[in-house]
Amino acid sequence: MKYLFEIVCLLLLVLAFAMTQVIGNQFVFFVGFVILQYVVMATAWNILGGYAGYVNFGSAGFLATGAYVSVALINFLGVGLIEQFIFGGAVAGLLGLATGYLTLRLRGVYFAIATLALAIILETIVAHWGYVGGAAGTSILPARKPELLGVLVVDRKAGVFANYKEFLFFLMAGVAIGSVWVARWIEHSKLGRGLNAIKDSEEAAECMGVPTLRLKLYATTISGAMMGVAGAPLASYLTFIDPLSAFNLEYAVNAIAMPMIGGTVSWMGPVIGAVLLGGAQQWASLFISSELNLLIVGVLLVIFVIIAPGGIVGWFKKSR
Amino acid sequence: MATFIDLLLNALVVGILLGGFYAALSIGLAITFGLLDVVNIAHPTILILGAFVAFVLNSQVGIDPIIAGLIATPFFYGLGWLIYQLYYNSFEKSGETDSLRGLAFFFGLLFIIEVGLIIQFGVDHRLVEASYIGESANIVIGEDIDVAIPYRLLVAFVVATIATLAIRAYLTKTFFGRAVRAVAQDMMALRLMGVDPIKVKRIAFAMGVATAGIAGALMIIVLPIEPSVGRLYIGNVFAIVVLGGLGSISGTLLAAIIIGVAESLVATFFGPSWAPAVSFGILLLVLAVRPEGLFGKTAGGH
Amino acid sequence: MSEPLLKIEGVSKHFGGFTALNNVTTFVKPGERFGLIGPNGSGKTTMINCVSGLLRNEEGKIIFNGHDVTAQKPHQRTAAGIARSFQIPRPFHTMSVIENLMIPSEFVGHHRGEKFDDRADGMEILETMGMADKADDPTTDLTQIELRKLELARAMAAKPKLLISDEAMAGLTGQEVDEVIDILFKMNERGITIIMIEHIMRAVMRFSQRIICLDAGQLIAEGTPEEIVKNKDVERAYLGSDDG
Repeated sequence: MKYLFEIVCLLLLVLAFAMTQVIGNQFVFFVGFVILQYVVMATAWNILGGYAGYVNFGSAGFLATGAYVSVALINFLGVGLIEQFIFGGAVAGLLGLATGYLTLRLRGVYFAIATLALAIILETIVAHWGYVGGAAGTSILPARKPELLGVLVVDRKAGVFANYKEFLFFLMAGVAIGSVWVARWIEHSKLGRGLNAIKDSEEAAECMGVPTLRLKLYATTISGAMMGVAGAPLASYLTFIDPLSAFNLEYAVNAIAMPMIGGTVSWMGPVIGAVLLGGAQQWASLFISSELNLLIVGVLLVIFVIIAPGGIVGWFKKSR
Repeated sequence: MATFIDLLLNALVVGILLGGFYAALSIGLAITFGLLDVVNIAHPTILILGAFVAFVLNSQVGIDPIIAGLIATPFFYGLGWLIYQLYYNSFEKSGETDSLRGLAFFFGLLFIIEVGLIIQFGVDHRLVEASYIGESANIVIGEDIDVAIPYRLLVAFVVATIATLAIRAYLTKTFFGRAVRAVAQDMMALRLMGVDPIKVKRIAFAMGVATAGIAGALMIIVLPIEPSVGRLYIGNVFAIVVLGGLGSISGTLLAAIIIGVAESLVATFFGPSWAPAVSFGILLLVLAVRPEGLFGKTAGGH
Repeated sequence: MSEPLLKIEGVSKHFGGFTALNNVTTFVKPGERFGLIGPNGSGKTTMINCVSGLLRNEEGKIIFNGHDVTAQKPHQRTAAGIARSFQIPRPFHTMSVIENLMIPSEFVGHHRGEKFDDRADGMEILETMGMADKADDPTTDLTQIELRKLELARAMAAKPKLLISDEAMAGLTGQEVDEVIDILFKMNERGITIIMIEHIMRAVMRFSQRIICLDAGQLIAEGTPEEIVKNKDVERAYLGSDDG
């Protein structure tokens, strides 16, 4: 079937919607939101890391950019979620482009360090920016009875969604499905083949006619933009944002660990990594401290990097 | 009343002293990254580990932090030796240097150390105690100018300078030291001379990590340390090694002073939280404009 | 005489204090079989890197097909018609043999709007090399000579006007060397200009119509194989002078 993938995507979206109508337990949507956010982050990271071979250490910075652009837009213009997604993604994408342009002509390690630099510089700037709450953070009050095209979107009794968190869960499901679709599209496109060649041997790729800088800039821009879109609804979801939550260490390590453990060669790896690792962390957080949680993720990352370079997906392929 | 000249002179003096201190922080990376081309981004976090070791020895047993640093040095040497074994066997032996996995490995290491420290010590800032911490020497010039030289910075500067010059002498004067400098350039030539390049690299890497013992102790002498401070210093140490030029120890020394002065000036006139941004900014600038740094060979475009 | 396909005018390349190429001027005619020799470290690979664009020469110009390409990036030069193989093979190791060929084919191997079949084009090239049966194998399964042939095949897939073969025969057996020379002859018959860099003298002598010799970054001799063999400067460069 030619469009099997697209049909499954649509079905999953319908499923997500059905969940919001049928399930009452709010914890499900909380866990779901977190895991979906990780699907986007892991997929976005992998477009640059897995497909092109360039490591991004500052994923939290791009996510936080999306979150804080949204906050600024809410405070300044009172805009709705769709606009926040668009602008959050656009600004983060531009940041990816700028970082790439400055450092992608040099070795991969300098790009990696530059992404780290970006995250730290952004955090410093945000902590000093009173307009979005500075170091102490700021609260976000979602609109009371938001409407879209005449339909009451969120209302306890009469809205399409009973509350904001369910609405955001559904939106995030859409974003996650969309990002996986984009990743898969890239994989099968000329861009994806070019990135693969770059990852295998950048000099040979360049001499074989692959415009390496241009393709790498596409990858950083798309990857950064996706992370920004993942971050845009964060403030609305938590109804609060501060540098500590936006630039959290969790995002930095998970964005790398999930695709590297799941598998970096295709779109499936990040999804598997996000679902398994994200789910495991949510479950474990009920029993152990969040620090211990993160420590285990770090250890798993190192173990997988050493013994299972292809990740879970790669291991399955080999054992066939 | 602090005049501009007064502030400026204080900032410059502190900057130079800091520069010496930064040289001690970076010399380990100058060896592991500058000479051996191993991207050890966990280096600053290992320094933090060294700082905490000094903290424990100082607060539990009452040992002077510098002595504690010396005691810790052989253990860090062993740690470095083990890390390099693991790194080499996993990533370089097969021939295809997969930089993605190597970077992910060191990032994972960084993460494990940092979170491990958080679990063990929490996120509070820690200090050490010694007779020279807390006091300053004052040099008074004229009527308005009072330059305060904190003793702890002076001690750090002196120890750092001795350590750095000693390492530099070792690398330039001894056979093994020169073998280390040669190994990155031509492994085959070393082999033909009967020297096992892998052994050389491993010992050199271990030496680089061993500096974390003393350098970490100096860190906690100079400022209060908590586990996540390591990540702020990544920009700092990489900026110094790149600005100095990969493979040049003298370059590292000079670059450290430059960065120290730059950070000190920014901290004085704009606020201390901007300091990490300064070194990262300088790093990006150097990479954009002159990637080979002050004294290095041409970088980039591998 | 027709306009040269490649002109190298006054090209110099420095690495810090070391001069790898010193004011080299030469040219290659369309359809020519051109040999480049010189002892180790004489600057042969540096020159090729400057021609293909991996290095930027500080002085001088590289003029290809009438256009000054000195400022162009490698992929632009490949699109213009310069292709090269690498001395130490660098295959795209996560791809199969045929997929390696499909990369240059897809990116520079055809003009806009043209109908194309990258796989078929690639298979054709593999057949001329005798490697068609290995098309879907991973590159990690190939032997040394097959890897060298893959390098040349991949360069061919870029449909070049000029092909640079960088020491493709180092370490091969006598029979394998002849195999590679025959492949290069075949390519030349199709109209492709070929620059061959080699240490194996009988290969260079058999293949080239004209040869230049580099030593310590300078062009020290130019001529037909017969002339080069008798040239005293060439002999001195390789064997060292009598005065030590």
